[in-house]
Order: sequence, then C-alpha cells, then structure tokens
Amino acid sequence: MNRARENSWLILIGIVGAIFLIGAPQVLELFTIINLTTAIAMALLALSLGLVWGFGGILCFGQSTFFGIGAYAYVVAAINFGGTSWAVVVAILVAAAFAAVLGYFMFYGRVSDVYLGVITLTVSLIFYNLMRRTSGPEYKIGDALLGGFNGINAPPLNVPGNASWILFPEDVFYVAMAALIIGYFGCVWLVRSHFGRVAVAIRENELRAELVGYDVRLQKLLLFAVGGGIAGTAGVLFANGVGRVTPDVFNLYNAALIIIWVIVGGRGTLIGPVLGAFGLFYLISSLGQQTSINNNLVLGVILVVFVLLVPKGIVPTVIDLWDRKRGRRGQFRRHGRRQRRRGSRTAETRHEG
Amino acid sequence: MKGEIVVETRGLSMHFGGVVAVDQVDFNLRENELRCLIGPNGAGKSTFFKCLTGQLKPTFGDVVIRDLNVNRAHSHEIAGLGVGIKTQVPNVFEGLSVQENIWLAARRFHPAARARSLVEETLDRVRLTDIRREVVNELSHGQRQWVELGMVISAEPWLVLLDEPAAGMTHDEVLLTAELIREINKTASLIVVEHDMQFIRMIADKVTVFHRGAILIEDTMDVVAADPTVREVYLGHRKK
Amino acid sequence: MDLYIALALQIVYGIANLVLISLGLAIIFGMMRVINLAHGEFLMLGGYTVVISTNAGLNIWLAMLILAPLVVGIIGVIVERVMIRFLYGRMVDTLLATWGLSLVLIGLVTTIFGAQTATTISPPIGAIQIGDFTSSGYELFLIGVTIILSILAYCALKYTRIGLIARGTMQGAEIASALGVSTSRTYAITFGVGAAVSGLAGGLLAPITGVLPSIGATYIAKAFITVISGGTAILAGTLSASTLLGGVNSVLSYLTGPTIGEVGLLVVAIVLLRLMPQGITARLFRRSL
Ligand SMILES: Nc1ncnc2c1ncn2[C@@H]1O[C@H](COP(=O)(O)OP(=O)(O)OP(=O)(O)O)[C@@H](O)[C@H]1O
Ligand SMILES: [Mg+2]
Repeated sequence: MNRARENSWLILIGIVGAIFLIGAPQVLELFTIINLTTAIAMALLALSLGLVWGFGGILCFGQSTFFGIGAYAYVVAAINFGGTSWAVVVAILVAAAFAAVLGYFMFYGRVSDVYLGVITLTVSLIFYNLMRRTSGPEYKIGDALLGGFNGINAPPLNVPGNASWILFPEDVFYVAMAALIIGYFGCVWLVRSHFGRVAVAIRENELRAELVGYDVRLQKLLLFAVGGGIAGTAGVLFANGVGRVTPDVFNLYNAALIIIWVIVGGRGTLIGPVLGAFGLFYLISSLGQQTSINNNLVLGVILVVFVLLVPKGIVPTVIDLWDRKRGRRGQFRRHGRRQRRRGSRTAETRHEG
Repeated sequence: MKGEIVVETRGLSMHFGGVVAVDQVDFNLRENELRCLIGPNGAGKSTFFKCLTGQLKPTFGDVVIRDLNVNRAHSHEIAGLGVGIKTQVPNVFEGLSVQENIWLAARRFHPAARARSLVEETLDRVRLTDIRREVVNELSHGQRQWVELGMVISAEPWLVLLDEPAAGMTHDEVLLTAELIREINKTASLIVVEHDMQFIRMIADKVTVFHRGAILIEDTMDVVAADPTVREVYLGHRKK
Repeated sequence: MDLYIALALQIVYGIANLVLISLGLAIIFGMMRVINLAHGEFLMLGGYTVVISTNAGLNIWLAMLILAPLVVGIIGVIVERVMIRFLYGRMVDTLLATWGLSLVLIGLVTTIFGAQTATTISPPIGAIQIGDFTSSGYELFLIGVTIILSILAYCALKYTRIGLIARGTMQGAEIASALGVSTSRTYAITFGVGAAVSGLAGGLLAPITGVLPSIGATYIAKAFITVISGGTAILAGTLSASTLLGGVNSVLSYLTGPTIGEVGLLVVAIVLLRLMPQGITARLFRRSL
C-alpha cells in the first residue's frame, strides 16, 4: 500500500469513526450503547496488541494482564480517591509501568519470542489465580475490597475535576469511542514516526537494527510499555462498560480472545485487529446466550483455521487480493514512472556535462 | 603507516566449547588504513569481526577502539562510536524498501533533514536510486549486498568492517564495489574480509592472513602471496 | 521431629507435583522446541478418562496407570498427524495452533459432559499416621510414581534409540537431522509420548482436584514456568526447576499461605530468566539429559 492510498483510507476511517461517534447514541437503544462501550474497549485492547505484535513483532500472549491491571487499578484508585479523574491516569500509568517492568526482565534477558509469549500468558494466569483468592476482608487496598471471585463494582466515570457529576452511559460511550479514535490515530502516527519505523525495523531484523546503532532492548521495552498503557486504557473503559471487574479479565479465555482478534483481523495493520474485535464480539453475542463454553469451541476452530489457512488475517489478505486484481495496471504504471525518471536523470547529467 | 592506532586487540580469544575460533590475536589498525583480512574457511575471520562489534563477548583478551575498552559494550554502543559493519550473510530489513533501509541507518545519528540528504547521497553512491522503492527481499544477492553497504556508509562511520562484500557479485559489480571501497577509505579506516584474490589486489594495502584463529603473517599482498606457508595453508586449501 | 518430617514431605510433594504436571510438556519442548499450549487440556482429558471409566466400573488403578496415558497418547499422535506436522519450522504458528486446539478440546468436553462434573472419585489410598501428624497416603504414592517416572524417562533417554535421537536434538536440532533420522516419525512419537505422560499425570491428579473442562488452566501456568525455567534438557531441566520453584512455593505457602506462595514462584521464575534466559540447563548441567 502506498502512502497516498493509505491516507485516503485513513480519512475514510476517520469519517466513519466520527459518524459512528455522533450518530450511534441517536439511533441505538441504551442497552446496545452500553454493550457497544464494552465492544469498543475490546477493540482498543485489540489495537494495543496489533501495535505490539503486528508492528513490533513482540509475541505477547498475555495482553490481558495489562488490560486487567488497568481495570483493577482504575476501580481501586477511584474508590480510594472518591472520584475517577485521577483514577484513569493512575490506571494507565500502572498498566504501562507493569508492562515496562515485565518487559525489562524479558527484553534485557533476551528471552526469545516463543518464550516471551508463554511467559506473558503465564503472568496473566497467575494474576487470575491470585485475584480469585482475594475474597477475604483482609485483602483490600485502601478502602477497596478486592472481592475475590466476585470482583469489585466499578464506579462510573465522572466529569474531570467534578466527582459528583457522574456521566450517563451515553456519555461513557462518547468517551470510549473518542478514546478509540484517538488511540487509533495515535497508533497510526506512532508507526509512521521514527520510533515506529525503528520498531518495524527490529521486527524485520534485530541484528541489523543493533548494528546500525539502535538499542533494541530499550526500543522494545518502550513499545511494550506503550502497548501496556493502551491496554490499561481499554481496561478502564471495560470496567465502565460492564460496571464490574472480576478476575476473569485475566483468564485464559480472555487472553485467547485478544490473540484471535489480531490473527483474524491481520497482523501488520492497525484497523485489522479493531475490526477483528468488533466482528468477533458480535459473532459471540449472536451465538446467543449459550454458555461461554461452546464459544471455546467456535473460537478454537476459528484460530486453527486461520493459522492453517489464512495466516495473514483478513485485512492483509484482502489488500493482497485487491492488489493482485489491479496488479497489472498498477505494475505497468509503476514501471512507466521509473522509465520516465531514468530518462529525466540522464537528461540532467547531459545538461550538466 | 603513520596515523594513530584506532583499533587494537590484545590477546583476543574466542572459544566455542572446545573450538578455539580466535586464538590470542594481537591486531592493530591505524587511522585511514585499508586492511584486508584473508584466510581459509573457518579461519576465524567472521568471529574476529563479531568480537570487534560486540556481537560476541571475547572469552579472553581485550578489544580497544580509540582508547576505549569495548569488551563489555553492546553492538549498538559500538555502532554509536562510529563503527559500521557489513556481515557475511547479508543482514537487511527484508520487508522494507531500499530507501527505508538506508534511511533507518542514516537517521540513527543524524537529524531528519541531514538524514534525508544522506539517503539521497548514499543511494547515488551505491547506485540504487532507480530501485529505491523496491522491497529488499525481492532484489538480487548483489543488490542486497549494496543495500547493506549503503546502510553502513550512510551513517558516516569512521571505521568500516566489511565481511566478504563482493561475494555473489558479477564481475562488473565487483569492480564497482572495489571503487566504492577505495572511496570509503578516503574518510574511514577499513577492514575487509575477502576470498576473491583479484578483488584484494584491486584494493589491498596491507594484508593480514588468519589461520586457525591466529595471525599467520601480516604484510603487503605481494609478500603474502609469495610466502610459502601462506601458499600451503591458504592458496593450497582453496578450491576456487 | 515429626513436624519436620511432615514439612519435608510437604516440600517433596510440592516438587513432585510440579515434575508430574510438567514432564509431558518438557518432553515435547525438549524434542521439538514447541510449547504445547494444549498441555493443560491433555491433563484434563487424562482426568476425564479416569473419572468416566472408574464410574463405568473399571478398576481405578487400571484407569489411572494404563487407560489414561493410552487414550491421551493416541489423541496426541492424532493431533500431531492432522495438525502439527503441517506447521514444522513455523514456531509461532505451532504455538497458536496448539492454543486453538486447547480451546477446541475445552469446548468439546463441555459440550459432551457439561460445564461441571457430575461425579468425582476419591483417592484410592487413605491418610497415614506419622507420629502426631497425619499425612496423605495418596500424596506419598504420587511422590513414588514421580520418582519411578523420572527413572523411566532417564532410562528411555539413555538406552533407547529414540532417547539417543532425543539427546541429539537437545544438544542442537541440526545434529539429529544430520543423523539422518526420520524426524517426521520421531515427532509423532514424541508428541504421543508427551501426551501420554500428561494423560497419566492428569489421571493421577483427578482424585485430588476433581475434573472440570477448564481445569487445564490451573495447571498450565505452573507447568509453563517450570519448563521454561528448566530449559531444553528434558529431565535435568524439569527436575532442577521443579526443585527450585516447588521448594520456594511450598516453603512460602507454609509460612504465609498459597497466594504468596504462587507469587513467589512467579517472581523467582522471572528473575531466573533475567539471569538465565535459556533456562537453568543452558547454564548449569549442560550436557545432562
Ligand atoms: N556460534 C558458533 N558456535 C560454535 N562454533 C562456531 C560458532 N561460530 C563460528 N564457529 C566456529 O569457529 C570457527 C571460525 O568460524 P568463522 O565463521 O569465524 O570463520 P571464517 O574465517 O569467517 O570462515 P569463512 O571464510 O568460511 O567465512 C569455525 O570452525 C566455526 O565452525
Ligand atoms: Mg566468515
């Protein structure tokens, strides 16, 4: 995809996002809007992994860890502060900081990618086991009882600086959708910046990046922390959408979901994971009120099928097919351009001579 | 022979389990020198390079670059000193375009505007301007070698290490590479590993012969080529 | 005195438990460099095999020691033949595919047997008395089984043909292919053996933990940590990592309760990986099995 075409797609995405942001609460029922807030949180979570894995090549199977930490940190901080303004900031920072610490041990230990996936997954599962055991009254942080298996009720967002002015569910939807749009375009900006291009370079060839002078370990750590922060933000939105945070945010099913969104949507794109998350969210909802278990079967089959048959994911595959269909024409045009340039260059040299 | 010493190794050794790949090497390189490193397959030349650039931590001995002991330094820190290396197996950013590859190297130690002009300059020097938008993994072996060379020189290093830069190139490409190397030598010290004797004659100043991890002899190409032990271990060894 | 014996037993059991739940995973990892994310579900299937066949009237010893490893081993071979073998050389995809498999198995078992277990079985050995303390006889039995299993694994690695190949692979994947071994068949056997050992472990643990479709998740965190901390040497890796992590876990759990015990295990493992990113056996016990 060349830059001009990419830009026109971005404009389109921006327009669709804005219409959705403004229009959805006008036409949809409240129940759907609340559900959408949760779906948006999931999309933001998918975006964070799309950034870290798809662009940075960091195989993180436990993105749910930072998501869950963000959600818990938000709730605990909001209960203790008596307002949510700083709780949001704290939640994002705590999630990012935890990602940075974990990243330090993994990247500075030069753990290889397969190990990295399994370690991050394990960390998430340990959090799951841990939080489930916190049901007694002795497990509390400040005023917030952790509540073990049942989790904690999440205080809804309030207007910044005014803890008594609590947002309505529609308002929370606006906040969530705005966060997703900002997050998405922030990520687009990031992957186009020097930092993001280096991240891609490291994914392509770590040794060369190092020999050219980039500190690969630091670079990965920073990207991982940014991803952790975005996942933490998603956790905050999730807590608001669902109204409650339980240890299940850390569980294996959740960790798998995130991976599946990204695989289905496509690595190496940012819109792919977002669409993947929305798509699967509605697929699972439409499977009806069956127990979550048959969802396991469906998700497992989707994962296996995609890994075996569509390893690139939907969005990159569609782009490839599109390119191939228009391939002849495009190639011809590119070829023509090159010829022309070569011609003008010789003309220049002749002129100089 | 005049300039000050810029690279020095003292008793440098690299062991892999029982294999002694580099064996107590004392080596000096002076400013603006162009040194060729030759030796049969498995002599330890690439391993020696890896020790110089921090890819391997020497088992014993020291590497000193411009009075700085870099034994414990990481590769990116050594690159930060102004050292560029082309590895034996081309290491490029496979999925990225030619100009993106070179930009990434140029941008590391230069501000954006300077990096852009360095990219243009480099593309010209390595003659890749015409295919600047092409993805690197679709190029020929020789072109990929040049992409890597371009990455090395676009960072404007003062010390350049090239591991078999002409391998897999056509005769014309080899001539151009030799020319490029002489040009690089105007602003940088160089160590070049090569097997192609004709190529070495084109560029060589002083030649160091490696054998079984140690330096066998160090002299001009003519002396080295006439030396009977070299003929035995090296020329006799080679199949080409 | 009796207190110390009981405590020591507790620690040894903690270690044996880790070895038991990790060994099948370690076999597959050591031979194929693949972390099998469906490992927990292999344990789960072993558990279900025992519970169902015992309730159907089969002798519990036969169910645990013969049937569980047999059933799960066969499933392992089938999985390798229809899925894993198409992904050789694609590490990440293999990982993802086994994860998909894990979800499929959870989904299938739930669909067939429901989300909760109908019946449980009780351990076939009761409590035994050590001075003033009672100790679980079944845990002692599991320690014994773990020791026997380790010895068997040692002998298999040392004296059989497949063990020879395994040793070659552990030292470096190229060596084995240089031996001209049919890697395809080796991988199928490896996957089968690893699955069988997991099935055995799952079956043995079923009387203690009960069975649930999602029970795999409670095992895998510990199993992953143990195997990654251990490194690629199948036996030395599992044993050394289990001893370290199981020891830390048991002692901390005894002092402060299971929550801190588990956190301690994770922290030790992560610090260990910073120091030895390729696992214990890449640094220590280098040429061991
Ligand atoms: N990572 C490694 N582990 C074990 N042995 C190694 C390793 N790298 C190199 N060796 C061994 O060290 C010796 C020197 O290898 P090296 O690649 O430095 O030789 P070379 O002179 O560059 O050869 P060539 O001309 O073929 O490139 C060889 O015997 C090689 O097998
Ligand atoms: Mg070499």
